[in-house]
Amino acid sequence: MSIEVLQLVGIGLIAAVIAVVLRQQKSELGIYISIATGFVIFMMIMGRLVSVVGILNNLARQANMDSMHLSVVLKVIGIAYITEYGSQICKDAGESAIASKIELGGKLIILSLTVPILAALLEIILQILP
Amino acid sequence: MSVDIIFKIAAIGILISVVNHVLNKAGREEISMMVTLAGIVVVLLMVIDMISNLFSNIKSIFQLY
Repeated sequence: MSIEVLQLVGIGLIAAVIAVVLRQQKSELGIYISIATGFVIFMMIMGRLVSVVGILNNLARQANMDSMHLSVVLKVIGIAYITEYGSQICKDAGESAIASKIELGGKLIILSLTVPILAALLEIILQILP
Repeated sequence: MSVDIIFKIAAIGILISVVNHVLNKAGREEISMMVTLAGIVVVLLMVIDMISNLFSNIKSIFQLY
């Protein structure tokens, strides 16, 4: 089971060597190598991710938590992962301006997702205060 | 499916660069540009499939609907 870590590091190192070789010849194809490597590594760890998310959902159900809160947390994690993936690839391709725009958009979307929770918290505080 | 795709992209890239060199030495710059463009489009078609797969997986795991 835990031998997967060697596979992970091996794939990363091989992909890094290939990307360095390709970037000297054709820098356009180096980007594709990094995109494909990100996809392959995500596919490898996806099974574990699904089981961890399932355990978290189970715990939340047993604790009688509002399921909205956990789903907001999961959404924020997903948006952060996707924006990080995109912006790192843009940065690798030398387009740091586009990368920072992607990050800005992701941050704004996360903020708009979490504002309702913040408003609810403030409402509770106002109710407690006389 | 998994690691093969990285080697496939690397092979296409090396092939394109070799063909490019040969065509450039033979004085056919316009055809070598077309070869580069064709290779980029082929790899892009392969990669776009994977990206849509990745996004749909992330959407279903993190409940982003």
